[in-house]
Amino acid sequence: MKKVANGNLIQKLTLLVVTFLLSLSPIVSHAQAPAGADAAKGKELFNSLCAACHKRYKKATGPALFGVTERHDTEWIYKWVKNSAALIASGDAEAVAIYEEYNKVSMNAFPQLSNADIDNIIAYVSEPKAAPPVSSGGGEFASANAGQGGSSAVQNLVLGLLALVLVVLVVVLFLVNKTLRSFAEKQGVELPAKDERKPIWKAFIENQFLVLVSVVFLLLLSAYFVYGFLMQVGIDKGYAPVQPIHYSHRIHAGDNKIDCKYCHSSARVSKHSGIPSLNVCMNCHKSIGEVADATQAEGLEKYGVDYNKQIQKLYKATGWDSDKQAYTGKTEPVKWVRIHNLPDFAYFNHSQHVMVAGVQCQKCHGPVEEMEIMSQHAPLTMGWCINCHRETNVKVEGNEYYEKIHTELSKKYGVDKLTAAQMGGLECGKCHY
Amino acid sequence: MSSNKKYWKSVEELKGSSVVEALRQNEFSEDIPVDGFLEDESSLENSSTSRRDFLKYVGFSTAAATLAACEGPVVKSIPYVVQPEQIVPGVANYYATTIADGFDVANILIKTREGRPIKVESNKLAGATGGANARVHASVLSLYDTSRLKTPQIKGKSVSWSQFDAALGKRLASVSGDIVLLTQSISSPSTTKLIAEFAEKFPNVKQVAYDAISQTAALDAFEQAYGVRGLAGYDFGKADTIVAVGADFLGDWQGGGYDAAYAKGRVPEHGKMSRHIQFESNMTLAGAAADKRVAANPSELKQVLLGLYSAITGKGASVNLSDKLKKAVTAAAAQVKAAGSNAVVVTGIQDKDAQLIALAINSALHSKAFNPSEPKLAFQGNAAKVNTLVGDLNAGRVGALFTVGVNPAYSLPNAQAFVAGLKKVDVVVSFASIPDETASVSEFVATTPHYLESWGDVEITKGKFGLVQPTIRPLFDTRQFEDTLLSLLGSNVSFDKYMKNVWNTSILGGKSFNQALHDGFFVTGKKVAAAPSFSINTSSLSGKANGLELVLYTKTGMGDGQQANNPWLQEFPDPITRTSWDNYLLVSKADAEALGLENWNVANGALNGSVVNVKVGNVTVENVGVYIQPGQAKGAVALALGYGRTAGLKEEMKVGVNAYALYQNFNNVQKVSVEKVSGVHEFACVQLQKTLMGRGDIVKETTLEIFNTKDKDYYNEIPKVSLDHEEIPVTSSDADLWDEFDRSIGHHFNLSIDLNACTGCGACVIACHAENNVPVVGKEEVRKSRDMHWLRIDRYYSSEETFEGDNEKKDGFKGLSANLSGFGELEDPSENPQVAFQPVMCQHCNHAPCETVCPVAATSHGRQGQNHMAYNRCVGTRYCANNCPYKVRRFNWFLYNGNDDFDYNMNNDLGRMVVNPDVTVRSRGVMEKCSMCMQMTQKTILDAKRDGRVIKDGEFQTACSNACTSGAMIFGDINDKESKVAKTLEGDRMYHLLEHVGTKPNVQYQVKVRNTKEA
Repeated sequence: MKKVANGNLIQKLTLLVVTFLLSLSPIVSHAQAPAGADAAKGKELFNSLCAACHKRYKKATGPALFGVTERHDTEWIYKWVKNSAALIASGDAEAVAIYEEYNKVSMNAFPQLSNADIDNIIAYVSEPKAAPPVSSGGGEFASANAGQGGSSAVQNLVLGLLALVLVVLVVVLFLVNKTLRSFAEKQGVELPAKDERKPIWKAFIENQFLVLVSVVFLLLLSAYFVYGFLMQVGIDKGYAPVQPIHYSHRIHAGDNKIDCKYCHSSARVSKHSGIPSLNVCMNCHKSIGEVADATQAEGLEKYGVDYNKQIQKLYKATGWDSDKQAYTGKTEPVKWVRIHNLPDFAYFNHSQHVMVAGVQCQKCHGPVEEMEIMSQHAPLTMGWCINCHRETNVKVEGNEYYEKIHTELSKKYGVDKLTAAQMGGLECGKCHY
Repeated sequence: MSSNKKYWKSVEELKGSSVVEALRQNEFSEDIPVDGFLEDESSLENSSTSRRDFLKYVGFSTAAATLAACEGPVVKSIPYVVQPEQIVPGVANYYATTIADGFDVANILIKTREGRPIKVESNKLAGATGGANARVHASVLSLYDTSRLKTPQIKGKSVSWSQFDAALGKRLASVSGDIVLLTQSISSPSTTKLIAEFAEKFPNVKQVAYDAISQTAALDAFEQAYGVRGLAGYDFGKADTIVAVGADFLGDWQGGGYDAAYAKGRVPEHGKMSRHIQFESNMTLAGAAADKRVAANPSELKQVLLGLYSAITGKGASVNLSDKLKKAVTAAAAQVKAAGSNAVVVTGIQDKDAQLIALAINSALHSKAFNPSEPKLAFQGNAAKVNTLVGDLNAGRVGALFTVGVNPAYSLPNAQAFVAGLKKVDVVVSFASIPDETASVSEFVATTPHYLESWGDVEITKGKFGLVQPTIRPLFDTRQFEDTLLSLLGSNVSFDKYMKNVWNTSILGGKSFNQALHDGFFVTGKKVAAAPSFSINTSSLSGKANGLELVLYTKTGMGDGQQANNPWLQEFPDPITRTSWDNYLLVSKADAEALGLENWNVANGALNGSVVNVKVGNVTVENVGVYIQPGQAKGAVALALGYGRTAGLKEEMKVGVNAYALYQNFNNVQKVSVEKVSGVHEFACVQLQKTLMGRGDIVKETTLEIFNTKDKDYYNEIPKVSLDHEEIPVTSSDADLWDEFDRSIGHHFNLSIDLNACTGCGACVIACHAENNVPVVGKEEVRKSRDMHWLRIDRYYSSEETFEGDNEKKDGFKGLSANLSGFGELEDPSENPQVAFQPVMCQHCNHAPCETVCPVAATSHGRQGQNHMAYNRCVGTRYCANNCPYKVRRFNWFLYNGNDDFDYNMNNDLGRMVVNPDVTVRSRGVMEKCSMCMQMTQKTILDAKRDGRVIKDGEFQTACSNACTSGAMIFGDINDKESKVAKTLEGDRMYHLLEHVGTKPNVQYQVKVRNTKEA
């Protein structure tokens, strides 16, 4: 009886739990993830094979994959993934409909994927969208900050207390002094009288030598600062204007490690490094319509920028309709504010420095990969150019052009390595014509 | 003692006049009228603006201006939305195309930067036709002409193309009478086919080809003899003896383009060079280059040709010539006969029989230089048909007239009759790109694009096709003639597709269209095969001139005048007269004396001249300046065509007189009467000195015989200087004040200029203009010798018959009086002088006098041999220009860009599109000069570094050496011992300009050699 009751209880409990779970979790009822599928493996596969065209919750080049099992039969999915073209060719109505809907762009065939792989992917894409972090994302940061800054807060507290004690001591001393004086007065003790001393400024004025010296000193000092100020005129070091699109080099070159010359490709062949045309942006941003949530939160918190809005600006400029996944043909070129302005009479060639000399972009442009907002790092003065030419050795290795001139010149100067200056890099006409 | 002396400033002072005393007291002789302003106290008090307010306003506005000035300018950069694959900002692209504007024809390359055409280069692929001349080089600027029409127009009102098509289509449907297409020469297979299709759809369509400068006589002659309407081909490089009778074949004779081959036949190092005898009335480029030049007036020239004909072939009539000419003709004929098939005779006499004679002589000689099987087809004009058309217009037989690429209302001799005739035509359509004389009297103006915005093709010579492709999107709402025809035909095919189809079906023979487009031309190799037949009527060639004869010619810069709005060409100094911004009547010295005409220089050096009226028949051209031209045949005067245009031109460009009015019956020789009138004509002439004054070391010249037999020192001696009373060569290191700088490592650039190959064509001058952003300064400034050309071509006349004669005369002077009078005589050019051209640019001296005097070190020397000029460092002391012995430095007296006082191309955004972005645009107060195209050598070096390779000879170029088709200018690295310039440096003919000064220039000159050997 007991046993039975027990057994019943367990059965009932199991049933209860199962029903509870079923009624609770929409995931299971929705997505019907194939049993035994591994979402983690699926994620790996999804990122390497599918992510170029598909997103989980949003339409991209192809449809959003969340809930795909609801729309299509699993067997059908297997066939489609392995060879969609064949499926379309066979005249399958579902397949043809998708093909038509997505501008007749056929999906790559993935014959290498096993059914299990596909199941894994389905498991991954069927995971529900994680709830967006509550806008108290900032709170997390604040607390994190607090955690980090804990030790310094304690120090501050101690210092504050010490300062308070000092103040109290000073007040006490003053009060004691005052009390003692009043005692003395009352008891008729004579206090020693103070001599009337000459005020220090009068003494200073009367000492002509001192006046002269200090005037000379002041003049020299002001000349120094005025000269320094005037030398700054026209030098825009640190110039970081507000751009029409908040473009973060930190994210692109820093976090994502995109090579500078991927976007600034003309630096390889031209005197201009070139501001990339918007079609270069769209190479990636066609499928990146939104940044990761953490990045978005960081942008809002730290820089006050809504990155997703910035991407929308790009879409507007290129005329990209992300819903239809097509260009509307209406474009609005972006008017960037130019940061590095070399005067017209100075000739500078990027390809010479980047390709021939192999100079790193950062040498002149600074740690761009850390810059949220691009700013001018170098002063771009002639002295700055010349200094570098004096100090930098010419990269001659493996360059047939330099072979003869290098051997002859290094013999002449008696050095192993030639600087750009020794090569003629200081001559006026090399940059001014 | 001296204190007793008293001085007076005037007699009045001595007399003690009260006026003097009063004046001494007052600084100003009259009171300054402040009272008038200040005395009216009431108005001052009532004024709402008090002195205080005024000061406040001044203060605030100054402060505001200061604040505003604190902020630096914000520079915007706008990248492409979708960048075209081929365009990389900062890298030039080159496109092959062809110019065929009815006067010039050449295969060319167009350099574009950021999508803008900025320079014309010759197409150097083997088989390409014609080098670019000065006009072709300048044509890129005409693309950016602010006068260009921006939309199609009906009755002077801008309309859209759909409105235009609708209106024109409606009118054409109801037209009665002929539809006449008056076009420029069209040798385009596609356009010809299209016109044929047009003629099928519309009845009574006639095409009349019209060349403003008529080639009719030569075309008729060739057609009669060979059955094809064209101009015989010539290769002067294959000739040993060249006799030209009134043919400036180094200039614009029969379309030009013969100078490169001519120069190839005249390289003294080959041991032999051609002998060139020139009979002519004007001094021309060919006459200047000739070994022997004989001046003869146009009537005599006909007799000369006839004399040659009978002497060479034994046919023809007897001639009536002066003894001198007779002798010259006999000698020339003897040389032609001796040379046999290595001789060639050409003529420019506008007479069918004269042209037939030249063809017959060459045919009889079996001349190797004569090539009738590949005639030039780019000229098709027919004077008789044009004359008939003008008659038809006035008779009302024409229902519709299309003028295409021509401007008959300006360039026809009977332009008035033409314009009057237009009133009787129902529909007049002008296909024009600027509102020229014809467009302004046409109801419909179908605005056409510039050739650099168009598609097209042209059969230049038989079997040789050039392709025209756009190098920029049309700047304005224009449509080319062919597309308008297609739209009238109701076709929706664009002309480029139409043309491609024609090429694929009938020209290419299966070859690739894209390859042909890449090359810019295609050769089928088809030839004219026909046995010639000559029937010559010599009677038209006899007849003596009574009185003066007028020769109408074209100037090297202006040509037929279609680019009159091009400031580069206007400012281009004519190679012979060295005069820009003008046309003028060329008169021989003898005739000038007879007519009382003069040229003189005014105080600032500018040239002035008498003024005449020129009358041909009953047409008078008034107020023509007179230029006395050495070498001009007595009895012949000359006037350039192409000037005096007014419609659609900027005010500054309306210079000269229209000589087309005198071009009656399309004959370039007219009987004329010249009448002196009062007035002074002001010229913009850039060279005061006419002769070399016996200074044989500036332009060294020798004869082929001496060159072949004598030692170098005989004709090209290195100047000697005295050291310790002993003569040593100036090039020796003992004669040097300076420590020699080691330039043996790396590149060391030299430019070699072969005076023997230079024909003075001036292509280099315009190429330099385009490459280096040289400003245009205008006529007034040129008169003040403030022209800015970095490269000038000096022209010298001999005072005796030859330069050698000058030298002998100078060396013969004994005593002071002989010296004084003798040099005076040497200043006068001879009646028939020898001519030498000498291109001079910065000589890039290794011991540069300019560098040592610059107080701010703005000009300094580079290791590669170039003399650098840092504009931003220059403070404008002009010491350098003073110290330059070659006078090649140019000072910016004004700001020439963005200045309304100099309203040329650099004063508007459109014109500035031609500016080369690699070269600084200079500002006021800055010295400038030739940089030896530093930007080009730097680019070549950089490209080699990037590719990691050694630079080959020929890769280094300057704008001038690139433009030189005759091979006169060679640029390269003398440290590359295998390079051409390294070899010319060691050559026997090499010398430096003013070598005795010891400046050690990096520009070499090669001695000019003339072949003086008589047969």
